[in-house]
Amino acid sequence: MSALKAPPAAAWWSSVVRAREAGIVLALVALVAYTAVSNPRFLSGQSVRDILLGTSILAVLAVGQAVVVITRNIDLSVGSVLGLSAFTVGSVVQDNPGLPVVVALLAGVGIGVVCGTLNALLVRYGQVPALVVTLGTLYAFRGVTYLTAGGQQITADELPRAFLGFADASVLGVPWLVVIAVAVTVAVGVLLRNYRLGRELYAMGSSPEAAALVGIKVGRNTLVAFAISGAAAGLAGVLFAVRFGTIDAAAGTGYELNVVAAAVVGGVAVFGGSGTVWGAALGALLLTVIGSSLTVLDIDQFWQQAIVGALILLAIAIDRLVALRTARALRKGGPHVQ
Amino acid sequence: MSRTLSSRAVVVAAAATMAVVLTACGGTTKGSDTGPAAPGGSAAAADPDAPLQEGVKMAFLPKQLNNPYSDIEVGGGEAALKELKGEYKLVGPNDASASSQVSYINTLIQQQQDVIAVAANDPNAVCPSLNQARAAGIKVVSFDSDSAKECRDAFVNQATTEGIGQALVELAKEAAGGSGEIAILSATPNATNQNAWIEVVKSELAKPENSGLKLVKTAYGNDDDQKSFQETQGLLQSFPNLKAIVSPTTVGIAAAARYISSSNYQGKVAVTGLGTPNAMREYVKNGTAAKFALWNPADIGYLAAYAGVALKSGQITGQQGEKFTAGKLGEYTIGADGEIVLGPPTVFDASNIDQFDF
Repeated sequence: MSALKAPPAAAWWSSVVRAREAGIVLALVALVAYTAVSNPRFLSGQSVRDILLGTSILAVLAVGQAVVVITRNIDLSVGSVLGLSAFTVGSVVQDNPGLPVVVALLAGVGIGVVCGTLNALLVRYGQVPALVVTLGTLYAFRGVTYLTAGGQQITADELPRAFLGFADASVLGVPWLVVIAVAVTVAVGVLLRNYRLGRELYAMGSSPEAAALVGIKVGRNTLVAFAISGAAAGLAGVLFAVRFGTIDAAAGTGYELNVVAAAVVGGVAVFGGSGTVWGAALGALLLTVIGSSLTVLDIDQFWQQAIVGALILLAIAIDRLVALRTARALRKGGPHVQ
Repeated sequence: MSRTLSSRAVVVAAAATMAVVLTACGGTTKGSDTGPAAPGGSAAAADPDAPLQEGVKMAFLPKQLNNPYSDIEVGGGEAALKELKGEYKLVGPNDASASSQVSYINTLIQQQQDVIAVAANDPNAVCPSLNQARAAGIKVVSFDSDSAKECRDAFVNQATTEGIGQALVELAKEAAGGSGEIAILSATPNATNQNAWIEVVKSELAKPENSGLKLVKTAYGNDDDQKSFQETQGLLQSFPNLKAIVSPTTVGIAAAARYISSSNYQGKVAVTGLGTPNAMREYVKNGTAAKFALWNPADIGYLAAYAGVALKSGQITGQQGEKFTAGKLGEYTIGADGEIVLGPPTVFDASNIDQFDF
């Protein structure tokens, strides 16, 4: 499986990636420690629970996004897929109060898979860059939501208690939303790390031409990658509905950029071929903690945006640095690699 | 240069003072039907006894179609025109951008409508077209969001800035149990309406009768659920003695109430502010938000329709002090600059919330 990469580079890569995730963890610890010193309530049970709940939706989206970005594509339609799923599932649940939450979650996933497949077909058979396709479907899916919603709003009193209660429900003290986010991260993480399909996705991102030449089914894999991202966005839509309880056609507007930011800050290279979903999930956690701690520290929200921007620039700078050093290492070790 | 400017300012101020004095005199003169003519105004005098015409063709141009709030507003207008036996028409853009309404106004002029009611997306962008309409004899009423005041005959305002600010302080005082720490959860930091209301709240809080209330922070949830949740959490962590959160925005109040309902702060911190009954019903019933307020959007359209037909019938011309009756809402008097204020916001609580559906 890992034979798809040159062995010395692979070892080098994994160490860098590991260092990268360690960096995020370090930043998280520092931030939490500083905030907790100035306001100890930041570490209270309620606060930790809030942060994890706030992270769960973003993490699910970021994990899906990471899969697509690893193949050197991007999915900008996730915010709109979230909105479509949230509103559609919200309406269904509103009309069928007895529906089990599991069915609602699966319905959201189903909607997402359909949207993701459509994206993939346009990218693969339209031969259009994913950036353009998903920018188009960003508006198209949102348009469908506006069409079906027609200016309506689904409010908390119209949703069944069992559905809304899922946001507070927990298993062994861990909220269900967090359990779902962790399960999604682990499942996709194992797929990418240990399965042939996962390694092929990295190979496609490293060099699409080479991947096609060695016989990787690029079309099918693109489809899978976008379907995973769509499924994650659809699932996130249901989690959104459960958590916020008020849904209108604008739900999730503008989320795509947060999601891409979480993935990039988490070390998923925008040019594909490297990064992990653990990093993406940690990126989501870091962005959420930044938001919460700056609020608790009473720092102007302008700084929040500036800090997120600086983190993205830092992540991209590290990407570039790593790419240059890899290139140099490959040149130096020329005879060995050959 | 500065001297010319300042002397000109003095002249303007003097003229303004005279105008105020004149208006005041006009107001105290008994039996006088016509007030002092507005500067540059050439409108005919109003005839308060003129009967309301039937068959008035009135078109509503909201900020955008398919917006739940706009839909309710124009629905009120439709109901009023049914009562008045007028012809109701609804046109509008799909986006609330500044220039999107202009082409619709031009079409309405060609269709020879009698009255246009407009919620301006941009006060100035619609102005030239509205003035063309008025030159063609069409009466123009702005509602919800005013156009520049020289290009419409009257403006139906949902509430005055002072009225909203005072109502918010009343609600906050009640929610906090008379005294204690309160915080505001607003929309974006540059939201015009919210900032104006917050200014009034601050000046109300400075009054001695509200000295028990202490505003500890104004947070901004950007009318985004996630951000509003996070800001609410921040307020609750930073201010453990907080008694109430006042949110003058429909997204913020629902998000704050939802968060508090699902946290261990429920019952300790109250939520109030401006919200829609449908979004808040759940939280009124579970006790998180005992009371909140909002004007009834249907009444805005209803009042605009009555004002439009009264203008067309010559009952009013848009001058200050003129009176007209707006069906079930009762009698209204036109204020300065042709402004008609709907009235104090409706307060919703467990006893009346089920009578409203918007």
